[in-house]
Amino acid sequence: MGQLMLGLVNGSFYAVLSLGLAVIFGMLNIINFAHGALYMMGAFLAWMGLEYLGIGYWQALVLAPLTVGVFGIVIERTMLQWLYKLDHLYGLLLTFGLALVIEGLFTNGYGVSGQPYSIPAELSGGFNLGFMFLPHYRGWVILASLAVCFGTWFGIEKTRLGAYLRAATENPKLTQAFGINVPLMVMLTYGFGAALAGFAGVLAAPVIQVSPLMGSHLIITVFAVVVIGGMGSILGSILTGLGLGVIEGITNLLYPAASATVVFVIMAIVLLVRPAGLFGKEQ
Amino acid sequence: MSAAEYLRITGLHAFYGESHILHGMDLVVNRGECVSLLGRNGAGRTTTLRAILGLTGSRTGSIMVNGRETIAMATHRIARLGVGYCPEERGIYASLSCEENLLMPPQLGSGGMSLEEIYAMFPNLFERRHSQGTRLSGGEQQMLAMARILRSGARLLLLDEISEGLAPVIVQTLGEIILQLKEKGFTIVLVEQNFRFAAPLADRMYIVEHGQIAQEIAQGEIHAKKELLQEYLGV
Ligand SMILES: Nc1ncnc2c1ncn2[C@@H]1O[C@H](COP(=O)(O)OP(=O)(O)OP(=O)(O)O)[C@@H](O)[C@H]1O
Ligand SMILES: [Mg+2]
Repeated sequence: MGQLMLGLVNGSFYAVLSLGLAVIFGMLNIINFAHGALYMMGAFLAWMGLEYLGIGYWQALVLAPLTVGVFGIVIERTMLQWLYKLDHLYGLLLTFGLALVIEGLFTNGYGVSGQPYSIPAELSGGFNLGFMFLPHYRGWVILASLAVCFGTWFGIEKTRLGAYLRAATENPKLTQAFGINVPLMVMLTYGFGAALAGFAGVLAAPVIQVSPLMGSHLIITVFAVVVIGGMGSILGSILTGLGLGVIEGITNLLYPAASATVVFVIMAIVLLVRPAGLFGKEQ
Repeated sequence: MSAAEYLRITGLHAFYGESHILHGMDLVVNRGECVSLLGRNGAGRTTTLRAILGLTGSRTGSIMVNGRETIAMATHRIARLGVGYCPEERGIYASLSCEENLLMPPQLGSGGMSLEEIYAMFPNLFERRHSQGTRLSGGEQQMLAMARILRSGARLLLLDEISEGLAPVIVQTLGEIILQLKEKGFTIVLVEQNFRFAAPLADRMYIVEHGQIAQEIAQGEIHAKKELLQEYLGV
């Protein structure tokens, strides 16, 4: 049971991160390799806020994603916007380079050893569910992630603004010809995707060591999740993220040696059977 | 410019990448007028409409919409001056339902039609309102593309080949709708291949050839200039 819970916690991170990647890919046509670095920034900003400014967890949960989002917008305006007309590969290379730069800067400043960040007092302790002990903080991570994922899904699929977003994703030029400021939406979308990564980073800060390399460890798995779920599918990335977290947890219980590779094995199988991913549209 | 002018294009050149498509277009559409652009395939009529909205590559010259110079404006800002565009390829969104497609164009100004009025005009769309946009039949998609810009309050309608490929009954209905829209004071640019459809609706016609206006024909001159039309359009 504990493993399952741990799997769900990991799955929550996968879900929030792959959701951000899916939103960005849908709108910008860019595979955002900087996502792991943005996630790490979220965690680091939370730690720095507490260390230098005395900003607590709850404020950090809002301020760090906002800061990462603004940072994303600056990246989009200064660099990404020039690449939209080019092949995917350019965006991928640029964001990969950015990830290296960001991680390099943090490594220079703080080393790779990792900084501790403690669980907020309100969420220490846990419930005794009878069959297992559930730490409050893990329950909170799962709930908060699910809420953010659901909110994002609802916003995109069920609201007016979401209809603009879907329209702009499908046919940006025509959508702009109806009077919608598509370049602005693109910019905000990248900012939002970056903020999601930052949010996941703050959520993760108390459960892992805050280190400059925490993003690059996780992001490879998240990319596998995105491939399995199907590039650009909102619901697909959420469900696949959670599901794979659980599968990883179960594998860890049954055959721990395979837990690190099971996601990639599944990825290979899915690619063979459904190259567009479980929820992707075949072209 | 005179107050009656709603659209004035002067010396418009437009490009797609390296290809030079429009070679100095000049045309005027007055407020409340329905003007048809006729011409052979590839003459540059679609490109003219796209250039008005800044959807081509680079453009030079002047495009005045309701007294504002738009040649350097971003596409969405031109649209917000009250320009509604029904593209040749319809541009129905697959990721939106029929009704979401209808509600997609944001409000540009007052005086748009209400959803009820639109459904009264296009009963098919009411029946199919929950279907995915691209699941509609070709004719229904065409009606949807047209209906979509009537709600937004756009006053200048750019309609590209709306009669193409439709059953005669529906073409007739569309003709009636254009007449209703003229009554409501819309300014209309009607790009057409179908001379018989456009002739009774248009107050004036322009014949486009090689990216320029080759001829202007007023409603009253159609009979007199029949031979000329025949020569240009083969009608
Ligand atoms: N995206 C594009 N890139 C390059 N050239 C183009 C593009 N679109 C159109 N053209 C060229 O521009 C010219 C004018 O095309 P346009 O679509 O404006 O013609 P049209 O008058 O609307 O004719 P049709 O009856 O075929 O719709 C054609 O020679 C066409 O080949
Ligand atoms: Mg055309």
